Amino acid sequence: MNAMPRAHELGLIGCHVCGLVCRDTQVPDAACPRCGASLHRRKPDSCARTWALLIAAFILYIPANVLPIMRTVSLGSVDDNTILSGVMELWVKGSPDLAVIVFTASIVVPMMKFLVMGTLLLSVHRGSHWARAQRARLYRLVEFIGYWSMLDVFVVSLLTALVQFGFFSAVEPLPGVVYFGLTVVLTMLASMNFDPRLIWDGKDEDD
Amino acid sequence: MTLPSSSNGQIQPALTSSLLVCEHCDTVHRRRPLVRGDVARCARCHAVLEWHQRLSLDAMLALVATVMVVFVQANVWPIITLGFNGEQIHARLWGIIMMMWREHSQVVAVLAAGTLFFFPLCKMLALGWLLIYARWGRRAPGFRQVMVVLHYIQPWTMSEVFVLGVLVSIVKAQLYFDVTPDAGVFAYAVLAILITIFSGIDVRQLWDKIPEDAP
Repeated sequence: MNAMPRAHELGLIGCHVCGLVCRDTQVPDAACPRCGASLHRRKPDSCARTWALLIAAFILYIPANVLPIMRTVSLGSVDDNTILSGVMELWVKGSPDLAVIVFTASIVVPMMKFLVMGTLLLSVHRGSHWARAQRARLYRLVEFIGYWSMLDVFVVSLLTALVQFGFFSAVEPLPGVVYFGLTVVLTMLASMNFDPRLIWDGKDEDD
Repeated sequence: MTLPSSSNGQIQPALTSSLLVCEHCDTVHRRRPLVRGDVARCARCHAVLEWHQRLSLDAMLALVATVMVVFVQANVWPIITLGFNGEQIHARLWGIIMMMWREHSQVVAVLAAGTLFFFPLCKMLALGWLLIYARWGRRAPGFRQVMVVLHYIQPWTMSEVFVLGVLVSIVKAQLYFDVTPDAGVFAYAVLAILITIFSGIDVRQLWDKIPEDAP
């Protein structure tokens, strides 16, 4: 039964950029007649690229968490903050609800991205049929919330600019924040390079 | 269901207006007219295929113009003010970017400049350009390229995240100093709301709304 035909079965391609439905004429390097973007049945080397970007992001995520991201100097006391200690400080002295938001944005979301993207890639490699709709939903969720991780980078930048004067107090960005910014960009690129259509590829029997 | 296959090795648009392909699972759907409040979802993976456009072209253009005004304010006015020994320190977006550059965090400076200034600016200018012509039912010069650029810069605008960042920064800085939010934050907050309304615009529908008049 083919109640819901898929584009590649009908010899069609949907353009990534403008969404136009085109006939697939098996020509290599075909371009969309409407927007000129190249047409692919699936994003090229999607798995390899996503793996590469994800692993690179994960490697950078280690120094991002281990190295301090910000130094606060106030009245002679020097205080180096990592992402986690910044969250703790906010929890203890500031407001716990904002601490939860920062913790979610800079620890939970990146970790979730690594886990979800890793799981998606592995299940795609195995051609698994397990929980397809749920995996598709997870992917959309990860794409949707991914960029909120940039929160801590902006906080460090703002505080640096604000508290940058006098002999008594200063805030300096430390290398951790650079690694963290790069991690966010790389995880965003990783999820963009992943082709969610791969989740649904393979033998169809149960849908 | 059979579709005529093309004989010459050319890629052709196939039944442009009557079919939709789900980007997330490649399922082909027949397009149906949507009424106010309708959202078309993929029957296989439940991803959103398209939704009814509430805003007319004029309303969109008005929205873009508003966002531009607010964007200028958000960039000109100070975001946070710090009181210290009777002195007042103002932080503006470009001040922040410059400071990160000087503090050996050039990567962060570039990220902030891109996601908070250049990409949002490009997005607004591009949309404004397209919409001004679209009102007269015409495709703006460079329509194709601008549409492609819009597609690629879409995920890289982060003004909403910045608003939350300002909030966190104020709370953090208050541990040590006397800080007050400034006009710029409110401009940013308004910007964040407008951007959320903005993301309800499906830019792709412009391809169908303004057909190519010249062959």
